[in-house]
Amino acid sequence: MSTDLISTDVLVIGGGLAGERCAIEAAAAGHDVLILSLVPPRRSHSCAAQGGMQAALGNCVKAEGDNPTVHFLDTVRGSDWGADQEVASIFTQEAPVAVRELAHLGVPWTRVRGGKNSYVIKGQRVEIEEHIENDGLIMHRDFGGTAKWRACYAAAATGHAALYAVDSEVVRLGITVRDRMEAVALIHDGGRCWGAVARCLRTGRHFAVVSKATVIATGGYGRIYGQYTTNATINEGMGAVIALNTGVVPLGNMEAVQFHPTALAPSNILVTEGCRGDGAYLLDKDLHRFMVEAEPEKQELASRDVVSRHMKQRMRDGKGVDTPYGPHLWLDLRHLGEQHLTTKLREVWEICRDFVGLDPAKDLVPVQPTQHYSMGGVRVNKDGQAYNMAGLFAAGEAACWDMHGFNRLGGNSLAETVVAGRIVGRRVAEFVAKSSLDVQTGLAFAATRTAEQRAAEWLGRSGNGPSVYDIRNAMGETMMSKVGIFRTGDELEEAVAEITAMLADCDKAVLRSKVPGMNPELTFALRLKGMLRLALVTARGALLRTESRGAHYRSDYPLRNDAEWLSRTLVRWAVDADEPAFTYEPVGEIDLPPGHRGYGSDERIEMRESLQQYNDGVYERQAEHGRLATAEAPGSRLRRGEWKELV
Amino acid sequence: MTSNESGSARRLRFEIFRFNPEDPASRPHMQTYELDEAPYMSLFIALNQIRETLDPSLQFDFACRSAICGSCGIMVNGRPALGCRTLTSDLPDVVRLHPLPVFKLIGDLSVDTGTWFREMVEKSEAWIHAEQAFDPEAQEARMDDDLAQAIYEGERCIECGCCVASCGVANVNPDFAGPAGLNRIARFMMDPRDTRSDADWFEVVSNSDGVFGCLGMMACHDVCPKELPLLEVYAYLRRKTLASVFADQGA
Repeated sequence: MSTDLISTDVLVIGGGLAGERCAIEAAAAGHDVLILSLVPPRRSHSCAAQGGMQAALGNCVKAEGDNPTVHFLDTVRGSDWGADQEVASIFTQEAPVAVRELAHLGVPWTRVRGGKNSYVIKGQRVEIEEHIENDGLIMHRDFGGTAKWRACYAAAATGHAALYAVDSEVVRLGITVRDRMEAVALIHDGGRCWGAVARCLRTGRHFAVVSKATVIATGGYGRIYGQYTTNATINEGMGAVIALNTGVVPLGNMEAVQFHPTALAPSNILVTEGCRGDGAYLLDKDLHRFMVEAEPEKQELASRDVVSRHMKQRMRDGKGVDTPYGPHLWLDLRHLGEQHLTTKLREVWEICRDFVGLDPAKDLVPVQPTQHYSMGGVRVNKDGQAYNMAGLFAAGEAACWDMHGFNRLGGNSLAETVVAGRIVGRRVAEFVAKSSLDVQTGLAFAATRTAEQRAAEWLGRSGNGPSVYDIRNAMGETMMSKVGIFRTGDELEEAVAEITAMLADCDKAVLRSKVPGMNPELTFALRLKGMLRLALVTARGALLRTESRGAHYRSDYPLRNDAEWLSRTLVRWAVDADEPAFTYEPVGEIDLPPGHRGYGSDERIEMRESLQQYNDGVYERQAEHGRLATAEAPGSRLRRGEWKELV
Repeated sequence: MTSNESGSARRLRFEIFRFNPEDPASRPHMQTYELDEAPYMSLFIALNQIRETLDPSLQFDFACRSAICGSCGIMVNGRPALGCRTLTSDLPDVVRLHPLPVFKLIGDLSVDTGTWFREMVEKSEAWIHAEQAFDPEAQEARMDDDLAQAIYEGERCIECGCCVASCGVANVNPDFAGPAGLNRIARFMMDPRDTRSDADWFEVVSNSDGVFGCLGMMACHDVCPKELPLLEVYAYLRRKTLASVFADQGA
């Protein structure tokens, strides 16, 4: 890039499923759209989603009776009542359409085979006769925390197939994608966003993109856990960082971090929940199937937070398999058979062969719970519009929309990318149609100069300061050991102190390389402070939340506390402030009252006020926290009481 | 476990191609680094270790590190491979790394596959040419599961570029669709949701930039990290193309 400033109607930051689906919606409405992506879009982390996409089509026998309301119940229970129930309702109603749209765009979904089929269900091989009249419709597989088989899938490469289909549509529509581009700051005036400053990862040069609307779709921030994540190396959370750096946009529920039960040990590569959905077992070092007594009803298919805790506890009880890399447990897929493993779970079979030299048809697979998904993110309203900042939107894992609350169900995030992409894209298009690009270019140039000075400042440092990679490694160790699956106040305080010290170290760190161009060390250094800030607000948020909810588990406060903590954490970091500021908003209007999830603990501290008291004025209170007006009235998509005939 | 767990670690010697086009002082050359091998060490681990401890200026690409995103195609001792799933235990003591040929060099081991593949998708219009617009109210169109699996087989390509780099034709003819391009064409050709006729496809595939440009050396088939059955793919394309010629003559 030699141009200093370019303009577009819509700037989408991130070329994964959420960003691209959003871009399609805006481009189809006739707007000029530019996508910036760290990598060619087909290499985005959406491609690594394996097992499935939740949508209540109800096509196979084990899915009979499924509908968006059953899906809604599962999602809210899975969230441990942390979700915004209206968003969960919108999502579950739209997911079937989004999945069918992907079929239209070419995804080779696995289909129902009418007639006799053989499945493994709760440890038993059973034969089920699929209805001939459903032959050829989209098939489902079982996943954790769901009442019905609902996950639609293309072998174990569902994300890959979906991403290629959506990216093909982006190409067909002629949408401009600039890859190897990183958004390093938002251009804004404190209340209105006008695009972003980008840094070219080919040349290292900065330039401004001014836009009427800007969408953050940068995925999760798993890499704040260093190597202890299934996430790609590109999932460093820069979308959340540039939103936080505005000083006014809050991030939501950053302490809600999902640990996936089955990451391959020791590389932490994801092994899909679809394995357990298709009947695989978890075994301890004595080859004992401990999940049967731990969760008699759901067994291996309780929600991820619950299964990960049982696994971690099992290893704490000395029942893990010891290795130089730490303990792990076993995933047993042998009884599924080679034919099943090399077709419906083909990518898992390949990963086991390529990375640990094992054949899951014959060998046990070493697994351990590892950071996997960021429920938290840029807090947005149901239109995807960020709090406190007109013209800024977010979608997908980067956003806290918030259908996942404190625990997301497997397969719900892949579906969220395309559902949110459709909905937020439509709202973005409407917003752009009503706005004009009356930005002061001085604002854009000033933001660009600031970003350039930041890079120059890094290159100008000399002496013997710490290495940026050492600080990153220390951050990962602190986060996994002290802000992990089981959390305590003491350890969280240590984590906060350690990360605070790392932030100070970051200001003293020195680059070893000053080569011209993109300079990989400088590229990482420019991200490090932001990552440490995300780590700090995650640890701090976890310290402040003195209850256990979903994936946030405090050993010193083991109960869910609906009397005091039925709330969403919001964190802002004012420009020039030393510390972030935490506030709490209601989770939203509650329709399904808090209760037992159907797995995990049935003990909790009940609400003191009535639901009516909680819901009274709930939208006004959210507006006080920065929620901007929505296209449709708040609460209009909540199908109140519809769940009552099902429970 | 690899054999090196029992004995002392091997000392590995990496000879790596270096060139930074953004640095006027940079000239293409090979640079040598040494590392102690560790269990399960992949080129993902080794290259990051070199960058973080020995030479922070080294450029290379990884993203998913699980052989699904296709970012990390590199030449390993003269053969294209995914760096993330190449284990050092399968390599000799000396490992020579070069960037993939055919693609534009960005720096050191990093090449621009994104532009190449986007152009391929544009040229072959590698998307479903649907008869009708999507109807959000309608149930999905049915598809036989065997056909879905056959389409999925071609869909598995991750566009890493290893096949393109290995292809004698792609190395000399920039207009050649390349193995990945031909595979993508075959994937859409067999998809009943795509309404393009045999005559439409004939234009795309039946010339020296298409399947008849292939010289049949089949290095692509050997190096494909996803083990796509490229031999069968080309046979399918040739058969379909010839069938459409005979159909024309018959009519």
